Order: sequence, then structure tokens, then C-alpha cells
Amino acid sequence: MLKSIVIAGVGGQGTLLASKIISMAAQQEGLFVRTSETIGMAQRGGSVSSHIRIGAQNASPVVPLCHADILLGFELAEAARMVPRLKDNALGVINTDKIIPTNVSLGTGKYLAEEYFALLKRKLPHGCFISAAPLALEAGDARTLNIVMLGAACGAKLLPFGDDAIRSVMKECIKPKLLAMNERAFALGLEAACKQA
Amino acid sequence: MTTRICMGNEAIALGAIRAGVKIVAGYPGTPSTEIIESLLAEKNPEVNIQWSTNEKTALEVAAGAAYTGARSLVTMKQVGLNVATDPLMSLSYIGVKGGMVVAVADDPGPWSSQTEQDTRHFAKFANLPVFDPSTPEEAYQMIRQAFDISEEFSLPVFLRPTTRVCHASATVEIDETAPTHAEPNFEKKPEWVIFPALSYRKHGELEQKQKIISDRFSALPFNKIEGNGQKGVAASGIAWLYAKEVIEEHALDVTLFKVGTPHPFPDKKAQEFLSGVDAVLVIEELDPVLEEAMLLLAAGTKEIYGKKTGHLPYNGEYSYELVKAALFKFLGMAYEPTACEEMPQYPMRPPVLCAGCPHRASFYEVKIAAKNIKKPIFCGDIGCYTLGNAAPLNMVDTCLCMGAGITIAQGLALAEPGAKCVAFIGDSTFFHTGIPGVINAVYQNTDVTIVVLDNHTTAMTGHQPHPGTGRTAMGAPAKALDIETMLRACGVEKIYTVDPLNYEPALASFKEAIEFNGPSAVIAKSPCIVQMKKPDTVRRIAKETCIGCLKCIKQLGCPALVPDDGKVEVVKSLCTDCGLCVNVCPVGAIKRGERNA
Repeated sequence: MLKSIVIAGVGGQGTLLASKIISMAAQQEGLFVRTSETIGMAQRGGSVSSHIRIGAQNASPVVPLCHADILLGFELAEAARMVPRLKDNALGVINTDKIIPTNVSLGTGKYLAEEYFALLKRKLPHGCFISAAPLALEAGDARTLNIVMLGAACGAKLLPFGDDAIRSVMKECIKPKLLAMNERAFALGLEAACKQA
Repeated sequence: MTTRICMGNEAIALGAIRAGVKIVAGYPGTPSTEIIESLLAEKNPEVNIQWSTNEKTALEVAAGAAYTGARSLVTMKQVGLNVATDPLMSLSYIGVKGGMVVAVADDPGPWSSQTEQDTRHFAKFANLPVFDPSTPEEAYQMIRQAFDISEEFSLPVFLRPTTRVCHASATVEIDETAPTHAEPNFEKKPEWVIFPALSYRKHGELEQKQKIISDRFSALPFNKIEGNGQKGVAASGIAWLYAKEVIEEHALDVTLFKVGTPHPFPDKKAQEFLSGVDAVLVIEELDPVLEEAMLLLAAGTKEIYGKKTGHLPYNGEYSYELVKAALFKFLGMAYEPTACEEMPQYPMRPPVLCAGCPHRASFYEVKIAAKNIKKPIFCGDIGCYTLGNAAPLNMVDTCLCMGAGITIAQGLALAEPGAKCVAFIGDSTFFHTGIPGVINAVYQNTDVTIVVLDNHTTAMTGHQPHPGTGRTAMGAPAKALDIETMLRACGVEKIYTVDPLNYEPALASFKEAIEFNGPSAVIAKSPCIVQMKKPDTVRRIAKETCIGCLKCIKQLGCPALVPDDGKVEVVKSLCTDCGLCVNVCPVGAIKRGERNA
């Protein structure tokens, strides 16, 4: 069965690695996977999204509007921006931390945090909302935010495979000296999501 | 056989290895870069891989290798092909002995490019065969076939993936072994030397090959017909997969013709498709290459719809939604676009120079240095530093193509002597196509200031080495070419080398260089911060001193500085303690602090 996942975030947040880990885990479960990534200029702090489609031999790598089963939102506004891609009964894990774009700091753009939060709450009534940055710092580095989010996705039981699958892929694609820290990040995310469930 | 999750570019790399490629050359450019990155990651001792100085160089290296009978691959993005066109056009006549694949990645959108040019048109122009994959797994199969066709017809062959193939991943079945090929052996013969008489003969031969290759292509599995509806859909590239998803999801009764080899067009297969349908919708991104081929073949006997009839656009990326709308219109079905509730207003989030990027310092210092100049004009170039165009820096007045900043500046200066032109160029771009422009400025004695933003890497595409870095793509030590020495050798006499993060001396050098009448240069040397470990110190705002003027934010646009309750706050996770903001604050409120405090 076709399962479509969208990861939304800001360039530099590690959406690419998160997407890679999910797709490798699906692959190891024997499922056919397609993904599509934003690589290039946007990686320098722009809006980025990763699309993952499991069981997608005859489907495109990009999740069409109203076709996403799962949203992993790494940043509040970027998560809200993806709402049009969600199915009515979609599930999600949302990091409620904000990254303020430069144009908002300069006063030429608006960041309507409360509206984004309300929209996401409405579209994802069973969604899991966490503040992931403090957990990443607790794990040892702000850059483990992507792994915190994967942990939360597992804790919220969003993915079509268990957390063991993710843990085993992490061993394959994270440098050995960074693995322990990332495993801590994963456990913290998992725990945060379980608390909400 | 093993199965792997592969990005399209990785699948191309693995396919090339399985096809027995020996020599690989390329210049980084989104979305093509990861072909060579993936080849390097394979660490196959049989394959020699290089990041060349530019695409022309790379194509010539690959051609020379193929003259010996070795299989070679050259990779680039679509605009890189413009740089490599001179050797390519001649090579289409001279031909190759070993298989040679020219992998050129197109970028509909465009996401990270200057143009939306279509390499399939280029292949037509050069009379060379082109493969156009729809998926990573197909790209893997196609590059192997492309090598075989290249060797069979002694012609370089194009592989033309687009962004949604290059940067898409899929489950791909990979063969275990690579075939072995004959030992390279360059045989001397007059046919390697292009002369008018030879060109005349070779041109004729090239035209004759077109029909034979077209027939070969008609028999390949990349061109296939599915379904048996009276209405026909012809599609290629990622657009074919969008069409397939829409057709399956809505159980549409159409005949779908997938075209994997747009040139030479597989006429026989297309005739077979045309004979079974009474109207055709052509779905392809960018130029109407299939559409024109279909119009020619149908010769007025069938209705052909596509871009020319307004069913689909010429520009931009296609999508499931866009293809669905066009298909429903073609089939006379009611199409209701997905109703979306009203969304809140979102801030734009364009890419920006990173917090701590030394280019920001250089741009700001040049801006201050040129403050009293009546009309300064800032010519940009291609790289991360193109992002200097954004507010509040606004330091890129022109940007055209690789290496053009230095020369556009000369034209501006000649036509408008009252203006003072400063040209910014990155280190990799300097080696790529910057140097002839420097020589021209010296030769013509034109009053321009060249600022080389030297961060010691090719940053935008993911930190590839270049001739100034002292190492090769394969990790071997190399002679590191020194930019100051090169500028001097090109005849520039007024040269400064500065650390842009050392504000006062850098500012003074920029001022002197700009005030100098004649060609001058400043090398702003500071490594890219993306590759560096962040220091334990950051900047912090002394809130009691900060007057909330927001000058630091308004002058620099650094993402690590954000407004906070009428004052400024530093985003510690982003700050690299570059200290540029200290020079902007009028009250000295920016202090040093601990990252983990």
C-alpha cells in the first residue's frame, strides 16, 4: 500500500539525513521506496522538504496535494506551509520551535506563529507537538534535531516499521563517534512523543 | 544482484561503473554534482576521477580518454554544457572509439540554475543520441545502454536526467560485476584531426547514422506503449511518472507512450503508437521536443496537443496536479482542483548567506569602502556569493553566468566612465572562467576592481576541491595554485590580500583598491564556515547597553541576529563568533559570550 511522508524544514536542519534513514529502513523491510529532495541553493537556510513514498513503483517521487499520510515538521512555519499536501486523516509530529527568516527580522515579512500552530492543531488533531531543540541540546548538539524528530515519529507510532528498524539504519549511516549522541537524541524524541500518547 | 536505495545521481554512477567506465571528469553543478561524488565514494581502483577546472576541460579530457578505446564519462549541469559546446560540436564529427557518455543534468523550475535550457534540444542540434530517464532505476539501465550505443556508433551519447531524477531516490537493483573491456590503445590515423574536407565527409556520415539509430531506439525497452485507449498520451522524463500516477489513480482509458530516447526520435515505435489512437496529448517538461517530432510524424492526420495548444506550459517544473489538469481537459473530463482552505500568510524563506559567512563581511566592507563613490556598480557571479544580492546587503547588481562578473564590469566601465565597477568572483569560479577576463582587463587597461572571495572550496555545490585547494577529487595531494601569484602573472599590479573578518585593515585595502585608477584586485581570504567546527564562544547582546536601533540586523541581515522585544538577540546555535556585527553596533552592545552558557 502506498504511504506518503513529507518532511518539512529549513535548509541546514538535517531533513536529508532523516529522509535517508526512513527510506533505508523501509528498504530493509523489503518495501519499494521513492524519495525526492531539495538539494542546491535552498540548502542555505531556505525552505526545504523531503518527500518519501513507500510502495511507490508507479507513483511519482513528489507527494501531490492532499496525498500525504504523515508530516514530520521540523520547524513551525515550514510544517504549516505543507498543510495543503496532507490527507484529511493525516498524522504528524511537529517541532514547535521557530526559526525566524531574515526578511522577518528586517520587517519585510510576517511570521504568524499562533496561526500556524492553530492550523496544524486543527489539521492534525492527533498530532504530536514537541519542542525539539532543547532535546537536541540535551543529547549533546543542536544538530541532532533531525534524530530527535525521528525518535518522536517512532514514539508516536507514525512509521510503518518499528524503532528497531530506525536504530539499526542509524548504525549504518551515522559516524561511529557521533552515534552515541544520536542514539541519546533518538531516545529523547521517542520518550517525548510517548509521554503525549 | 543487490537492491539499494539510490539517488538518481548515485544510480548513474553505479551504472557507469558496471558499464566499465575508466575515466571520469566533470565540474560541479546542481543537480549533477552527486554523480561524481557517488563515483568517488565507491573507491573503485579501476576508475580515475577528476573535478576539472571547467566543463570544456572536462569534456576534452573525457574525449581524449575515449580516443584510446577506454570508456569515459563527463558530467555537468545544463549551463555547463554551454561552456563545453565548442569541443562537443567538433567531437560529434570526429567521434570516439571507447564509449563516451555526456551526462548533463537539466533543472526545470529552475531550482538552482540561470536558465531552463533543454539538453534534448542540444542533442538534436549536435546530432547526437540522447537518453532521457524517468526514474533512478531507469537511469541505471540507460547509462549502460548509452555506453554500448556510443561504442557501436562511435559517437558521444547524452544522458539527460532532470532534477527530479537526479535528486530522487528509488529502490534500484544493482548488478554485482562489471564487464571487462579491451586495453586502451590510441591508434594514430588522420581521422583524429579535424579539417574542412574531413568535416564535410563526417557531417554526411553523421546524418546517415540518424536513421539507423532511430530504428535501434524503436526496439529499446525505454520506448514503450501501455494501455489501449483511443486517446493517446506521449510523455517523457519525470512527467511520464506523473502521468502514470494520474492514469492509474483515476483508471483513465488511454494509451500511454513513454519516450526514453527523444533524439534520434524512435519513429517506428511512435508510428505504432499513433496508428492506435485518434488524438495525442504530449506531456514533457521544458521544450516541445516530443511534440514537434509527433507533429512531424502525424503530418496533420492526428490532433497533437501539448504546449503549442496551450494545454501545458513551456516553463517551470511539472507536477502531478498540472499533469492531471491537462489530462482531464484533453479527455473532456471535469476537473476540480483540490479545494484548499484559506492558509495563513507565510514568510518567504529564500536561501541566505550563512551566519558567519566571510562573504557577508566582504560585501559589507566593500559597501562601506565605496560609500563616497558617486556610482558604484557591483558585478556578481555564480556561487554562494550570488546570495549577496538580497536585502539588506544588495551587493549584486549584475549576474549572468560563470566568470562574467569581471568582464561585464569592463563593459559597464567602458560605456559609463563615471561609474566605478567592482566584480566579485569566488575562488572556484576564478579558475573556471575568471582568468581570461582578468587578462582582458589588464590588456585593455580597464578601471575595474576584482574581488576574489576565496573561501578555499567550491561551497555552493557541496565543497568540492579545485586547483587552489591543494588536493584532487580522489584525495591525492596536488600543487595548490596561488590566486595572488596568478593575478600577478596576468599583469594585475595593484593586489591586496585581506582577511575579511579583520574589519579595519580589510576596509582600508578595499578603499585603496577601489580608488586606484586601473585594474586592481583584492583577495578576501577566509575559509567557508560550513566545514568548520563552531567555536565555544559566540556573540551576546548586553541588553542594558543595546538601544534597540536594530542597525546590526538592518545592515547585515545575519540569520543569527533576530529582534527580541525591542532589542536584539543572538541565535547561539547559528552564531560563529565572526564578530562582524561588533563593527556595526553604534553603542558597543555586542560582547563575547560562551556558547553553552
